[in-house]
Amino acid sequence: MYALLWRAIPGPGWFKFLVCLVLVFGVVAVCFTEFFPWLSEYMPFNDTTVGA
Amino acid sequence: MTHAQAGHNVPLPQEVFPIAYQRGPSGMGPRNARRPSGSAAPMRPVAWLIGALGELLVTAGVVLGLFVVWQLWWTDVEGARAQSEIIAEMDWESAPQGPATAPENHGPPPVMKEPPEPGTLFAQMFVPRFGDDYVKPVAEGTDKATVLDTIGIGHYTGTAMPGDLGNFAVAAHRTTYGKPFNQIAELKKGDAVVVRTKKTWYVYKVTEAKIVYPQNVEVIAPVPGVTDDQPMPELTKRFITLTSCHPMFSATERYIVHGELDYWAPVGEGKPKELVS
Repeated sequence: MYALLWRAIPGPGWFKFLVCLVLVFGVVAVCFTEFFPWLSEYMPFNDTTVGA
Repeated sequence: MTHAQAGHNVPLPQEVFPIAYQRGPSGMGPRNARRPSGSAAPMRPVAWLIGALGELLVTAGVVLGLFVVWQLWWTDVEGARAQSEIIAEMDWESAPQGPATAPENHGPPPVMKEPPEPGTLFAQMFVPRFGDDYVKPVAEGTDKATVLDTIGIGHYTGTAMPGDLGNFAVAAHRTTYGKPFNQIAELKKGDAVVVRTKKTWYVYKVTEAKIVYPQNVEVIAPVPGVTDDQPMPELTKRFITLTSCHPMFSATERYIVHGELDYWAPVGEGKPKELVS
């Protein structure tokens, strides 16, 4: 799977590595700003409201 | 590069044992025998699927780890930054500095009449026990997304306003999201909890701390401890109640700190002595 990605990126090895770093950074950023805040609402340790 | 090119005189294995390296119909021979083409042979679909599944599982593990990092560390980084920005943006007139401290008034204090709209900032909280520079914003309501996760301390809607008869009850995170009440368990009887509205200081003193279950909502009743099915006595005291989660990193129980108003002072007359170090 990731091997396909590696082969899909053009250029020499160091360039592929740089592109991968940028991709990883992007994925982590999306997780931190969008995915995790959404996911946290469904976590039992964040369910602190009683009654309402 | 072959051995011959490298200048070695050592013979290659297949030169020594040619039989073992012949690829017969049964596929005999060492598995690492050189493939004729020199490049990897195409993987079979099943092997590719298993490999992809493995990569997906590893990815899921890394994402779960990242979620823990986000929840326990990043929400704190963001929360602490947002809360100090809010305090800075409130830009309230600061109390006169100097050796003199604000005179203590023990009579009925001025009280904000109407509670503000949910999510609106209306007070600041100072707790010397949490640090000399501890100051956190207080907003109306205890909604997670708009108050507790983003602003800091939330005022339970329907409970008294600062200084009023009854119970000024607030909630805040004990861990994560800037954790305003991280050190709540360090409060001792007699410690000052100072609430400031735009014009007035309200100095409360801690009277009691306890651990209850989340459904024990009588801790924020106008007279703490009076449950819904009991008649509410006439209000004669001005309580404050701090609530937070217990144990840390869990929402199983609640850590409760009660206090009573000691005195109040107009902001224009100086700082309470509790805040002068």
